[in-house]
Amino acid sequence: MSLIIGMSILLGCQFLGEVLSLALSLPIPGPVIGMLILLVGLVIRGSVPASLRSMGEGLLKYLTLLFVPAGVGLIEHVGLIQQEFWILLITLVLSAAVTLWVTSQVMQRLAHRSGTSQEEDA
Amino acid sequence: MSPLPLGQVWVYLAASPLLHLFATLIAFVIASRINRWAGGTPLLHPVILSIALLIAFLLLTHTDYPTYFAGAQFLHFLLGPATVALAIPLFDQRERVRRLLWPVFAGTLAGVATAVVSAVGISLVLGADHATVLSLAPKSVTSPIAMGIAEKIGGIPSLTAGLVLLTGVIGCIIGPWVLRLGRITDPAIRGFSMGLAAHGFGTAYCFSTYGAIAGAFSGLAMGLSGLVTAFVLPPLVQLFGL
Repeated sequence: MSLIIGMSILLGCQFLGEVLSLALSLPIPGPVIGMLILLVGLVIRGSVPASLRSMGEGLLKYLTLLFVPAGVGLIEHVGLIQQEFWILLITLVLSAAVTLWVTSQVMQRLAHRSGTSQEEDA
Repeated sequence: MSPLPLGQVWVYLAASPLLHLFATLIAFVIASRINRWAGGTPLLHPVILSIALLIAFLLLTHTDYPTYFAGAQFLHFLLGPATVALAIPLFDQRERVRRLLWPVFAGTLAGVATAVVSAVGISLVLGADHATVLSLAPKSVTSPIAMGIAEKIGGIPSLTAGLVLLTGVIGCIIGPWVLRLGRITDPAIRGFSMGLAAHGFGTAYCFSTYGAIAGAFSGLAMGLSGLVTAFVLPPLVQLFGL
């Protein structure tokens, strides 16, 4: 029963999120709003129900598997990818490196300044 | 009783969602085994290997993508509840998030701006096609959000989904190296940067390599950058007339 209750909570939040996204024609996808709704709910409740934790952590453990069906969709763009392969590769590598560098450096500087960075262990 | 001809069995199976759901799971199991055998290198990421195996399978059996997706959509559907479930690690780390509120805020804005501007700028300089540039713009954001954004701004949603995946894998390959070079040791900052640049892949990587704190911050970055990008990108594209 516990997994069913956990899944119901997740789907219920997602459903509320989808409804809000449609009703207010927000540019944010329903699941993201659902995540915020669940977070608010957990903060109000003050703890995570065991049923929700086992279902949620199970899903997050296999998160990468869930990307596979969409990824196979690359098969529909073989021509375009062949044509622009190097542009795509160089853009993705450089952009990821710069994004990681900027984000981590900005946070590092600010965390040090406000003295909130205590962890030095990995 | 005469046995069913093999061809007829195949036609029956290929038309039911069962076959391609099964194929997806088996491909992932095989890919994970190969990855473990190769010492867990992100170069042979289980997801990329699975996708390659499945594409080979579809080409060999002359199956089109919509037929495959009819079965695989059951897994794809779970992306929604999995995204909602990211609230759990966030809740667990709420105290830490509160203490790092200002760095988190600034990191999100700086990271999202860098991700979008660098992707659009570099691909424009290299002479990419218009639709490719627009499909690249949301590539740092987790796929359900990125596909929605691509559709809004005139990119190709399914191409964006693929680019999002590649971004995730590339982020896992170069991320640890960039963080070492930048002397980033705080697990919260490591996680946040990985989640911002490499969404769900970065998050999965952080949970398995840097631990629960990094994983939670990575999930936070994934959610926040998704929110910010979804709000900011469509009007920006209009403004610059891309």
